[in-house]
Amino acid sequence: MKTALKDALAYLWDGWGAAVGLLMLIALWELGHTVYGSFVLPAPIETVESLASLQEAGKLGPAAWTTALRAIGGFLAAGLVGSLFGIVAGLSMTSARAVRPIVTVLLGVPPIAWIVLALLWFGPGGMTPVFTVVVTALPITFAAAVEGSRTLDQGLEDMARVFNAPFLMVLWEVHLPHILSYLFPAWITALGMAWKVAVMAELMASDSGIGAEMALARVNLETGEAMAWVIAVVGLLLAAEYLVLEPIKRKIEPWRRTGQGRMRKMGGF
Amino acid sequence: MLCWQSVSHSFGPTEVLSDFSLTVAPGQIISIVGPSGCGKTTALQMAAALLEPTEGRVDNGFSHTSYVFQEPRLLPWRRAIDNIAFGLKALGRNKRDRHLAARRLAARLELAEDDLDKYPHELSGGMRQRVSLARALAVEPDLLLLDEPFSALDIGLKRELQNLLVSLIDTSRMTAVFVTHDLAEAVRISQRIIVMDRFPLGKVHSHGIEQPFVDRDDPFVYQTVAELLSVDAVSRAFHRIDDETSTVKLR
Repeated sequence: MKTALKDALAYLWDGWGAAVGLLMLIALWELGHTVYGSFVLPAPIETVESLASLQEAGKLGPAAWTTALRAIGGFLAAGLVGSLFGIVAGLSMTSARAVRPIVTVLLGVPPIAWIVLALLWFGPGGMTPVFTVVVTALPITFAAAVEGSRTLDQGLEDMARVFNAPFLMVLWEVHLPHILSYLFPAWITALGMAWKVAVMAELMASDSGIGAEMALARVNLETGEAMAWVIAVVGLLLAAEYLVLEPIKRKIEPWRRTGQGRMRKMGGF
Repeated sequence: MLCWQSVSHSFGPTEVLSDFSLTVAPGQIISIVGPSGCGKTTALQMAAALLEPTEGRVDNGFSHTSYVFQEPRLLPWRRAIDNIAFGLKALGRNKRDRHLAARRLAARLELAEDDLDKYPHELSGGMRQRVSLARALAVEPDLLLLDEPFSALDIGLKRELQNLLVSLIDTSRMTAVFVTHDLAEAVRISQRIIVMDRFPLGKVHSHGIEQPFVDRDDPFVYQTVAELLSVDAVSRAFHRIDDETSTVKLR
Protein backbone atom coordinates (compact mmCIF):
# COMPACT_ATOMS: atom_id res chain seq x y z
CA MET A 1 0.00 0.00 0.00
CA LYS A 2 2.78 2.35 1.01
CA THR A 3 4.78 1.50 -2.06
CA ALA A 4 1.71 1.92 -4.26
CA LEU A 5 1.27 5.42 -2.89
CA LYS A 6 4.94 6.14 -3.41
CA ASP A 7 4.72 4.90 -6.98
CA ALA A 8 1.68 7.04 -7.67
CA LEU A 9 3.43 10.11 -6.25
CA ALA A 10 6.54 9.35 -8.27
CA TYR A 11 4.41 9.01 -11.39
CA LEU A 12 2.82 12.41 -10.74
CA TRP A 13 6.18 13.93 -9.91
CA ASP A 14 7.51 12.71 -13.25
CA GLY A 15 4.61 14.67 -14.76
CA TRP A 16 5.92 18.03 -13.51
CA GLY A 17 8.39 18.41 -16.32
CA ALA A 18 5.72 17.52 -18.83
CA ALA A 19 3.30 20.02 -17.25
CA VAL A 20 5.87 22.81 -17.59
CA GLY A 21 6.29 22.05 -21.29
CA LEU A 22 2.53 21.92 -21.81
CA LEU A 23 1.95 25.25 -20.06
CA MET A 24 4.66 26.86 -22.17
CA LEU A 25 2.94 25.60 -25.29
CA ILE A 26 -0.38 27.10 -24.14
CA ALA A 27 1.37 30.40 -23.42
CA LEU A 28 2.81 30.44 -26.95
CA TRP A 29 -0.63 29.65 -28.31
CA GLU A 30 -2.11 32.60 -26.40
CA LEU A 31 0.66 34.80 -27.77
CA GLY A 32 -0.13 33.68 -31.31
CA HIS A 33 -3.76 34.49 -30.70
CA THR A 34 -3.04 38.07 -29.53
CA VAL A 35 -0.88 38.65 -32.62
CA TYR A 36 -3.09 37.09 -35.32
CA GLY A 37 -6.60 37.33 -33.86
CA SER A 38 -9.40 34.84 -33.32
CA PHE A 39 -10.06 33.95 -36.92
CA VAL A 40 -6.58 32.61 -37.58
CA LEU A 41 -5.87 31.26 -34.12
CA PRO A 42 -8.64 31.22 -31.54
CA ALA A 43 -7.52 31.72 -27.93
CA PRO A 44 -7.07 28.63 -25.76
CA ILE A 45 -10.05 29.74 -23.65
CA GLU A 46 -12.26 30.18 -26.74
CA THR A 47 -11.25 26.73 -27.87
CA VAL A 48 -12.21 25.24 -24.55
CA GLU A 49 -15.53 27.06 -24.82
CA SER A 50 -16.18 25.64 -28.29
CA LEU A 51 -15.27 22.24 -26.93
CA ALA A 52 -17.81 22.72 -24.15
CA SER A 53 -20.50 23.84 -26.57
CA LEU A 54 -19.77 20.83 -28.79
CA GLN A 55 -20.25 18.71 -25.72
CA GLU A 56 -23.53 20.46 -24.91
CA ALA A 57 -24.75 19.98 -28.46
CA GLY A 58 -24.12 16.27 -27.98
CA LYS A 59 -21.63 16.13 -30.84
CA LEU A 60 -18.37 15.52 -28.98
CA GLY A 61 -19.13 12.17 -27.37
CA PRO A 62 -20.46 10.27 -30.39
CA ALA A 63 -17.80 11.63 -32.75
CA ALA A 64 -14.99 10.87 -30.32
CA TRP A 65 -16.44 7.41 -29.71
CA THR A 66 -16.64 6.66 -33.43
CA THR A 67 -13.09 7.81 -34.05
CA ALA A 68 -11.80 6.02 -30.96
CA LEU A 69 -13.42 2.76 -32.05
CA ARG A 70 -11.86 3.03 -35.50
CA ALA A 71 -8.43 4.06 -34.25
CA ILE A 72 -8.24 1.60 -31.36
CA GLY A 73 -9.92 -1.22 -33.27
CA GLY A 74 -7.55 -0.79 -36.18
CA PHE A 75 -4.61 -0.46 -33.83
CA LEU A 76 -5.55 -3.62 -31.92
CA ALA A 77 -5.97 -5.60 -35.12
CA ALA A 78 -2.69 -4.30 -36.52
CA GLY A 79 -0.89 -4.75 -33.21
CA LEU A 80 -2.05 -8.30 -32.75
CA VAL A 81 -1.52 -9.51 -36.29
CA GLY A 82 1.71 -7.55 -36.82
CA SER A 83 3.23 -8.68 -33.54
CA LEU A 84 2.35 -12.35 -33.93
CA PHE A 85 3.43 -12.63 -37.55
CA GLY A 86 6.50 -10.52 -36.86
CA ILE A 87 7.63 -12.79 -34.03
CA VAL A 88 7.21 -15.87 -36.21
CA ALA A 89 8.98 -14.25 -39.16
CA GLY A 90 11.87 -13.14 -36.97
CA LEU A 91 12.52 -16.68 -35.75
CA SER A 92 14.07 -17.61 -39.07
CA MET A 93 16.91 -15.58 -40.52
CA THR A 94 15.72 -16.25 -44.06
CA SER A 95 12.16 -15.12 -43.49
CA ALA A 96 13.40 -12.08 -41.56
CA ARG A 97 15.48 -11.11 -44.59
CA ALA A 98 12.63 -11.86 -46.97
CA VAL A 99 10.12 -9.64 -45.19
CA ARG A 100 12.47 -6.69 -44.76
CA PRO A 101 11.92 -5.12 -48.17
CA ILE A 102 8.17 -5.74 -47.89
CA VAL A 103 8.10 -3.84 -44.61
CA THR A 104 10.21 -1.05 -46.06
CA VAL A 105 7.83 -0.70 -49.00
CA LEU A 106 4.75 -0.73 -46.76
CA LEU A 107 6.29 1.81 -44.38
CA GLY A 108 7.19 3.97 -47.35
CA VAL A 109 3.64 4.21 -48.71
CA PRO A 110 2.18 7.46 -47.34
CA PRO A 111 -1.10 7.03 -45.42
CA ILE A 112 -2.82 9.40 -47.82
CA ALA A 113 -2.15 6.95 -50.66
CA TRP A 114 -3.81 4.19 -48.66
CA ILE A 115 -6.81 6.45 -48.09
CA VAL A 116 -7.19 6.94 -51.83
CA LEU A 117 -6.93 3.22 -52.46
CA ALA A 118 -9.32 2.42 -49.61
CA LEU A 119 -11.82 4.92 -50.99
CA LEU A 120 -11.69 3.12 -54.33
CA TRP A 121 -12.03 -0.29 -52.70
CA PHE A 122 -14.49 0.34 -49.89
CA GLY A 123 -16.13 3.64 -50.76
CA PRO A 124 -16.91 6.34 -48.23
CA GLY A 125 -17.88 4.87 -44.86
CA GLY A 126 -16.45 3.31 -41.73
CA MET A 127 -14.34 0.69 -43.47
CA THR A 128 -11.98 3.16 -45.12
CA PRO A 129 -10.58 4.69 -41.90
CA VAL A 130 -10.28 1.28 -40.24
CA PHE A 131 -8.49 -0.21 -43.22
CA THR A 132 -6.12 2.75 -43.44
CA VAL A 133 -5.29 2.50 -39.76
CA VAL A 134 -4.62 -1.22 -39.98
CA VAL A 135 -2.47 -0.95 -43.05
CA THR A 136 -0.33 1.90 -41.67
CA ALA A 137 0.07 0.53 -38.14
CA LEU A 138 0.73 -3.05 -39.21
CA PRO A 139 4.23 -2.63 -40.69
CA ILE A 140 5.35 -0.68 -37.60
CA THR A 141 4.46 -3.43 -35.14
CA PHE A 142 5.51 -6.12 -37.58
CA ALA A 143 8.98 -4.64 -38.08
CA ALA A 144 9.51 -4.28 -34.32
CA ALA A 145 8.38 -7.85 -33.67
CA VAL A 146 10.73 -9.19 -36.35
CA GLU A 147 13.59 -7.26 -34.79
CA GLY A 148 12.65 -8.47 -31.31
CA SER A 149 12.48 -12.16 -32.13
CA ARG A 150 15.49 -11.96 -34.47
CA THR A 151 17.69 -10.70 -31.63
CA LEU A 152 16.69 -13.28 -29.00
CA ASP A 153 19.65 -13.96 -26.72
CA GLN A 154 21.12 -17.39 -27.46
CA GLY A 155 23.18 -17.17 -24.27
CA LEU A 156 20.10 -16.79 -22.09
CA GLU A 157 18.37 -19.58 -23.98
CA ASP A 158 21.32 -21.90 -23.30
CA MET A 159 21.20 -20.87 -19.67
CA ALA A 160 17.52 -21.82 -19.52
CA ARG A 161 18.28 -25.14 -21.21
CA VAL A 162 20.96 -25.97 -18.65
CA PHE A 163 18.30 -25.68 -15.96
CA ASN A 164 15.85 -27.79 -17.99
CA ALA A 165 13.33 -24.97 -17.99
CA PRO A 166 10.09 -26.10 -19.65
CA PHE A 167 9.19 -24.50 -22.99
CA LEU A 168 6.47 -22.23 -21.60
CA MET A 169 8.78 -20.96 -18.89
CA VAL A 170 11.51 -20.15 -21.43
CA LEU A 171 8.94 -18.31 -23.51
CA TRP A 172 7.55 -16.38 -20.57
CA GLU A 173 10.74 -15.62 -18.65
CA VAL A 174 13.38 -15.39 -21.34
CA HIS A 175 11.90 -14.58 -24.74
CA LEU A 176 8.76 -12.58 -24.10
CA PRO A 177 10.30 -9.78 -22.00
CA HIS A 178 12.94 -9.31 -24.68
CA ILE A 179 10.40 -9.14 -27.49
CA LEU A 180 8.14 -6.85 -25.47
CA SER A 181 10.97 -4.40 -24.97
CA TYR A 182 10.98 -4.03 -28.75
CA LEU A 183 7.21 -4.13 -29.15
CA PHE A 184 6.23 -1.50 -26.60
CA PRO A 185 7.79 1.52 -28.28
CA ALA A 186 6.36 0.29 -31.57
CA TRP A 187 2.88 -0.07 -30.09
CA ILE A 188 3.04 3.48 -28.77
CA THR A 189 4.17 4.79 -32.16
CA ALA A 190 1.48 2.75 -33.89
CA LEU A 191 -1.23 4.03 -31.56
CA GLY A 192 -0.26 7.65 -32.20
CA MET A 193 -0.24 6.92 -35.90
CA ALA A 194 -3.64 5.22 -35.64
CA TRP A 195 -5.33 8.37 -34.27
CA LYS A 196 -3.81 10.66 -36.84
CA VAL A 197 -4.58 8.37 -39.72
CA ALA A 198 -8.11 7.66 -38.51
CA VAL A 199 -8.92 11.37 -38.34
CA MET A 200 -7.33 12.00 -41.71
CA ALA A 201 -9.24 9.18 -43.35
CA GLU A 202 -12.49 10.38 -41.80
CA LEU A 203 -11.84 13.88 -43.03
CA MET A 204 -11.39 12.64 -46.58
CA ALA A 205 -13.72 9.73 -46.77
CA SER A 206 -16.33 9.51 -44.06
CA ASP A 207 -19.35 11.37 -42.77
CA SER A 208 -18.88 10.43 -39.12
CA GLY A 209 -16.19 10.78 -36.48
CA ILE A 210 -13.92 13.64 -35.48
CA GLY A 211 -12.37 13.92 -38.93
CA ALA A 212 -15.76 14.36 -40.59
CA GLU A 213 -16.72 17.00 -38.01
CA MET A 214 -13.47 18.81 -38.75
CA ALA A 215 -14.28 18.79 -42.44
CA LEU A 216 -17.63 20.32 -41.57
CA ALA A 217 -15.98 23.00 -39.39
CA ARG A 218 -13.66 23.81 -42.27
CA VAL A 219 -16.58 24.25 -44.66
CA ASN A 220 -18.30 26.56 -42.17
CA LEU A 221 -15.03 28.46 -41.51
CA GLU A 222 -15.40 27.66 -37.79
CA THR A 223 -11.74 27.89 -36.72
CA GLY A 224 -12.66 27.64 -33.04
CA GLU A 225 -14.56 24.44 -33.61
CA ALA A 226 -11.79 22.94 -35.74
CA MET A 227 -9.31 23.77 -33.00
CA ALA A 228 -11.63 22.18 -30.43
CA TRP A 229 -11.65 18.95 -32.43
CA VAL A 230 -7.86 19.01 -32.61
CA ILE A 231 -7.77 19.30 -28.82
CA ALA A 232 -10.21 16.41 -28.55
CA VAL A 233 -8.02 14.16 -30.70
CA VAL A 234 -4.84 15.05 -28.83
CA GLY A 235 -6.61 14.56 -25.50
CA LEU A 236 -7.79 11.12 -26.54
CA LEU A 237 -4.33 10.14 -27.72
CA LEU A 238 -2.73 11.33 -24.48
CA ALA A 239 -5.34 9.48 -22.45
CA ALA A 240 -4.74 6.27 -24.37
CA GLU A 241 -0.98 6.53 -24.04
CA TYR A 242 -0.61 7.74 -20.46
CA LEU A 243 -3.59 6.03 -18.84
CA VAL A 244 -3.30 2.69 -20.62
CA LEU A 245 -0.01 1.96 -22.37
CA GLU A 246 2.40 3.77 -20.07
CA PRO A 247 1.11 2.19 -16.81
CA ILE A 248 1.26 -1.24 -18.46
CA LYS A 249 4.80 -0.52 -19.54
CA ARG A 250 5.77 0.55 -16.03
CA LYS A 251 4.18 -2.56 -14.62
CA ILE A 252 6.05 -4.99 -16.83
CA GLU A 253 9.27 -3.10 -17.51
CA PRO A 254 10.46 -1.81 -14.14
CA TRP A 255 13.93 -3.15 -14.96
CA ARG A 256 14.28 -0.37 -17.51
CA ARG A 257 12.98 2.44 -15.36
CA THR A 258 15.47 1.84 -12.56
CA GLY A 259 18.24 2.21 -15.10
CA GLN A 260 17.48 5.88 -15.57
CA GLY A 261 19.59 7.02 -12.62
CA ARG A 262 20.55 10.29 -14.24
CA MET A 263 16.98 11.01 -15.24
CA ARG A 264 15.81 10.42 -11.70
CA LYS A 265 18.35 12.87 -10.36
CA MET A 266 17.16 15.41 -12.90
CA GLY A 267 13.61 14.86 -11.72
CA GLY A 268 14.58 15.95 -8.24
CA PHE A 269 14.79 12.66 -6.39
CA MET B 1 29.96 -40.58 -13.24
CA LEU B 2 30.63 -38.23 -16.12
CA CYS B 3 32.33 -39.79 -19.10
CA TRP B 4 33.53 -38.42 -22.45
CA GLN B 5 34.14 -41.42 -24.74
CA SER B 6 36.44 -40.58 -27.68
CA VAL B 7 34.47 -37.48 -28.45
CA SER B 8 35.15 -35.38 -31.53
CA HIS B 9 33.42 -32.24 -32.63
CA SER B 10 33.54 -29.97 -35.63
CA PHE B 11 32.00 -26.60 -36.31
CA GLY B 12 31.65 -26.76 -40.07
CA PRO B 13 35.03 -27.78 -41.50
CA THR B 14 36.95 -26.84 -38.33
CA GLU B 15 37.60 -29.63 -35.87
CA VAL B 16 37.52 -28.19 -32.35
CA LEU B 17 37.73 -31.38 -30.34
CA SER B 18 39.39 -34.60 -31.40
CA ASP B 19 39.13 -38.01 -29.80
CA PHE B 20 38.73 -36.66 -26.27
CA SER B 21 38.22 -39.13 -23.43
CA LEU B 22 37.88 -38.37 -19.75
CA THR B 23 36.06 -39.86 -16.79
CA VAL B 24 35.06 -37.84 -13.75
CA ALA B 25 34.18 -39.89 -10.68
CA PRO B 26 31.66 -38.63 -8.11
CA GLY B 27 33.20 -36.24 -5.61
CA GLN B 28 36.12 -35.30 -7.86
CA ILE B 29 37.02 -31.70 -8.58
CA ILE B 30 38.69 -31.42 -11.96
CA SER B 31 40.12 -28.55 -13.97
CA ILE B 32 40.49 -28.57 -17.72
CA VAL B 33 43.12 -26.04 -18.74
CA GLY B 34 44.50 -25.04 -22.10
CA PRO B 35 44.78 -22.27 -24.67
CA SER B 36 41.71 -20.89 -26.41
CA GLY B 37 40.67 -23.10 -29.29
CA CYS B 38 41.72 -26.34 -27.59
CA GLY B 39 38.08 -27.40 -27.24
CA LYS B 40 37.76 -27.19 -23.46
CA THR B 41 34.54 -25.18 -23.48
CA THR B 42 33.14 -27.42 -26.21
CA ALA B 43 33.79 -30.46 -24.03
CA LEU B 44 32.09 -28.80 -21.07
CA GLN B 45 29.05 -27.81 -23.12
CA MET B 46 28.64 -31.41 -24.19
CA ALA B 47 28.56 -32.52 -20.57
CA ALA B 48 25.66 -30.10 -20.06
CA ALA B 49 23.95 -31.40 -23.21
CA LEU B 50 24.18 -27.94 -24.76
CA LEU B 51 26.06 -29.50 -27.65
CA GLU B 52 25.76 -32.85 -29.40
CA PRO B 53 29.16 -34.40 -30.25
CA THR B 54 29.80 -35.09 -33.94
CA GLU B 55 31.46 -38.37 -32.98
CA GLY B 56 31.71 -40.38 -29.79
CA ARG B 57 29.43 -40.02 -26.81
CA VAL B 58 29.16 -38.24 -23.49
CA ASP B 59 27.52 -40.08 -20.61
CA ASN B 60 26.34 -37.98 -17.73
CA GLY B 61 25.14 -40.18 -14.89
CA PHE B 62 24.57 -37.35 -12.42
CA SER B 63 21.00 -36.49 -11.57
CA HIS B 64 21.34 -32.71 -11.30
CA THR B 65 23.83 -30.92 -13.50
CA SER B 66 24.39 -27.20 -13.09
CA TYR B 67 26.41 -24.84 -15.26
CA VAL B 68 28.14 -21.55 -14.55
CA PHE B 69 28.85 -19.51 -17.66
CA GLN B 70 31.78 -17.24 -18.26
CA GLU B 71 29.42 -14.25 -18.30
CA PRO B 72 26.72 -14.22 -15.60
CA ARG B 73 23.86 -14.58 -18.14
CA LEU B 74 21.25 -13.18 -15.80
CA LEU B 75 17.78 -12.22 -16.96
CA PRO B 76 17.94 -8.40 -17.10
CA TRP B 77 14.21 -8.14 -16.35
CA ARG B 78 14.29 -10.22 -13.18
CA ARG B 79 15.51 -9.16 -9.75
CA ALA B 80 18.61 -10.86 -8.35
CA ILE B 81 16.54 -13.11 -6.11
CA ASP B 82 14.39 -14.36 -8.98
CA ASN B 83 17.50 -14.93 -11.05
CA ILE B 84 18.92 -17.09 -8.27
CA ALA B 85 15.63 -18.95 -8.06
CA PHE B 86 15.40 -19.52 -11.83
CA GLY B 87 16.52 -23.15 -11.69
CA LEU B 88 14.19 -23.85 -8.77
CA LYS B 89 11.29 -22.45 -10.74
CA ALA B 90 12.20 -24.75 -13.61
CA LEU B 91 12.00 -27.61 -11.10
CA GLY B 92 8.47 -26.50 -10.25
CA ARG B 93 9.04 -25.30 -6.68
CA ASN B 94 6.58 -22.77 -5.32
CA LYS B 95 7.51 -19.13 -4.87
CA ARG B 96 7.91 -19.21 -1.09
CA ASP B 97 10.29 -22.17 -1.16
CA ARG B 98 12.22 -20.67 -4.06
CA HIS B 99 12.79 -17.38 -2.31
CA LEU B 100 13.65 -19.04 0.96
CA ALA B 101 16.31 -21.20 -0.68
CA ALA B 102 17.59 -18.27 -2.74
CA ARG B 103 17.97 -16.08 0.33
CA ARG B 104 19.80 -18.79 2.23
CA LEU B 105 22.24 -19.33 -0.61
CA ALA B 106 22.70 -15.61 -1.20
CA ALA B 107 23.79 -15.25 2.41
CA ARG B 108 26.34 -18.03 1.98
CA LEU B 109 27.71 -16.29 -1.11
CA GLU B 110 27.89 -13.04 0.85
CA LEU B 111 25.29 -11.21 -1.19
CA ALA B 112 23.69 -8.38 0.78
CA GLU B 113 19.98 -8.63 1.53
CA ASP B 114 19.12 -5.39 -0.30
CA ASP B 115 21.09 -6.47 -3.37
CA LEU B 116 18.57 -9.26 -3.85
CA ASP B 117 15.85 -6.81 -4.83
CA LYS B 118 18.03 -5.15 -7.45
CA TYR B 119 18.03 -5.75 -11.17
CA PRO B 120 21.24 -7.16 -12.68
CA HIS B 121 22.33 -3.86 -14.24
CA GLU B 122 22.30 -2.28 -10.78
CA LEU B 123 24.82 -4.82 -9.46
CA SER B 124 28.59 -4.78 -9.84
CA GLY B 125 30.33 -7.40 -11.98
CA GLY B 126 31.41 -9.39 -8.95
CA MET B 127 27.92 -9.34 -7.47
CA ARG B 128 26.44 -10.48 -10.77
CA GLN B 129 28.81 -13.43 -10.91
CA ARG B 130 27.85 -14.29 -7.32
CA VAL B 131 24.20 -14.28 -8.36
CA SER B 132 25.06 -16.54 -11.25
CA LEU B 133 26.94 -18.92 -8.91
CA ALA B 134 24.04 -18.87 -6.48
CA ARG B 135 21.65 -19.72 -9.31
CA ALA B 136 23.77 -22.73 -10.25
CA LEU B 137 24.06 -23.90 -6.64
CA ALA B 138 20.40 -23.30 -5.78
CA VAL B 139 19.24 -26.44 -7.57
CA GLU B 140 21.53 -28.47 -5.27
CA PRO B 141 23.45 -30.04 -8.13
CA ASP B 142 25.57 -33.13 -7.71
CA LEU B 143 27.61 -32.06 -10.74
CA LEU B 144 28.74 -28.48 -11.22
CA LEU B 145 30.25 -27.40 -14.55
CA LEU B 146 32.05 -24.06 -14.57
CA ASP B 147 33.30 -22.30 -17.70
CA GLU B 148 35.94 -19.75 -16.63
CA PRO B 149 33.64 -18.41 -13.94
CA PHE B 150 36.21 -15.95 -12.57
CA SER B 151 37.89 -14.73 -15.72
CA ALA B 152 36.04 -11.42 -15.89
CA LEU B 153 36.77 -10.49 -12.28
CA ASP B 154 39.69 -8.53 -10.87
CA ILE B 155 42.34 -10.39 -8.95
CA GLY B 156 41.19 -9.74 -5.38
CA LEU B 157 37.60 -10.62 -6.12
CA LYS B 158 38.73 -13.66 -8.06
CA ARG B 159 40.59 -15.09 -5.06
CA GLU B 160 37.71 -14.39 -2.74
CA LEU B 161 35.18 -16.15 -4.96
CA GLN B 162 37.56 -19.03 -5.65
CA ASN B 163 37.96 -19.70 -1.93
CA LEU B 164 34.26 -19.37 -1.32
CA LEU B 165 33.35 -21.72 -4.13
CA VAL B 166 35.96 -24.32 -3.26
CA SER B 167 34.79 -24.48 0.33
CA LEU B 168 31.16 -24.75 -0.80
CA ILE B 169 31.97 -27.55 -3.23
CA ASP B 170 34.19 -29.31 -0.73
CA THR B 171 31.69 -29.25 2.13
CA SER B 172 28.73 -30.31 0.00
CA ARG B 173 30.71 -33.16 -1.62
CA MET B 174 29.80 -31.98 -5.08
CA THR B 175 31.53 -33.10 -8.24
CA ALA B 176 32.91 -30.17 -10.19
CA VAL B 177 34.56 -29.59 -13.55
CA PHE B 178 36.23 -26.22 -14.05
CA VAL B 179 37.36 -24.92 -17.40
CA THR B 180 40.07 -22.27 -17.20
CA HIS B 181 43.10 -20.93 -19.04
CA ASP B 182 44.82 -20.01 -15.76
CA LEU B 183 47.15 -22.74 -14.52
CA ALA B 184 47.56 -21.20 -11.05
CA GLU B 185 43.81 -21.02 -10.66
CA ALA B 186 43.53 -24.68 -11.64
CA VAL B 187 46.15 -25.62 -9.04
CA ARG B 188 44.27 -23.70 -6.37
CA ILE B 189 40.83 -25.16 -6.99
CA SER B 190 41.12 -28.72 -8.26
CA GLN B 191 42.21 -32.22 -7.34
CA ARG B 192 43.10 -33.15 -10.90
CA ILE B 193 44.30 -30.98 -13.76
CA ILE B 194 43.75 -31.98 -17.36
CA VAL B 195 45.91 -29.97 -19.76
CA MET B 196 44.69 -29.61 -23.33
CA ASP B 197 46.45 -28.16 -26.36
CA ARG B 198 45.51 -27.06 -29.83
CA PHE B 199 48.45 -28.58 -31.77
CA PRO B 200 48.11 -31.53 -31.24
CA LEU B 201 44.42 -31.08 -30.57
CA GLY B 202 43.27 -32.67 -27.34
CA LYS B 203 44.40 -33.87 -23.94
CA VAL B 204 48.19 -33.70 -23.49
CA HIS B 205 48.74 -34.09 -19.75
CA SER B 206 47.01 -35.07 -16.52
CA HIS B 207 48.17 -34.21 -13.03
CA GLY B 208 46.69 -35.05 -9.62
CA ILE B 209 47.05 -32.86 -6.52
CA GLU B 210 46.67 -34.50 -3.10
CA GLN B 211 47.18 -31.42 -0.95
CA PRO B 212 43.99 -30.32 0.92
CA PHE B 213 42.60 -27.02 -0.35
CA VAL B 214 43.25 -25.17 2.91
CA ASP B 215 46.96 -25.99 2.73
CA ARG B 216 47.43 -24.61 -0.77
CA ASP B 217 49.23 -21.39 0.03
CA ASP B 218 50.97 -19.25 -2.59
CA PRO B 219 54.37 -21.01 -2.40
CA PHE B 220 52.65 -24.35 -2.95
CA VAL B 221 50.69 -23.02 -5.92
CA TYR B 222 53.77 -21.46 -7.55
CA GLN B 223 55.83 -24.58 -6.99
CA THR B 224 53.16 -26.83 -8.51
CA VAL B 225 52.73 -24.51 -11.48
CA ALA B 226 56.50 -24.59 -12.01
CA GLU B 227 56.51 -28.40 -11.81
CA LEU B 228 53.71 -28.59 -14.35
CA LEU B 229 55.44 -26.16 -16.70
CA SER B 230 58.57 -28.28 -16.61
CA VAL B 231 56.59 -30.94 -18.46
CA ASP B 232 57.23 -30.37 -22.18
CA ALA B 233 53.66 -30.84 -23.38
CA VAL B 234 52.31 -28.46 -20.73
CA SER B 235 54.88 -25.75 -21.38
CA ARG B 236 54.17 -25.97 -25.13
CA ALA B 237 50.47 -25.43 -24.54
CA PHE B 238 51.07 -22.56 -22.15
CA HIS B 239 53.72 -20.77 -24.12
CA ARG B 240 51.14 -20.50 -26.77
CA ILE B 241 48.87 -18.84 -24.22
CA ASP B 242 51.69 -16.45 -23.32
CA ASP B 243 52.13 -15.62 -26.99
CA GLU B 244 48.44 -14.89 -27.26
CA THR B 245 48.37 -12.61 -24.25
CA SER B 246 51.49 -10.76 -25.35
CA THR B 247 50.01 -10.09 -28.79
CA VAL B 248 46.90 -8.82 -27.08
CA LYS B 249 49.04 -6.50 -24.98
CA LEU B 250 50.93 -5.26 -28.03
CA ARG B 251 47.69 -4.14 -29.58
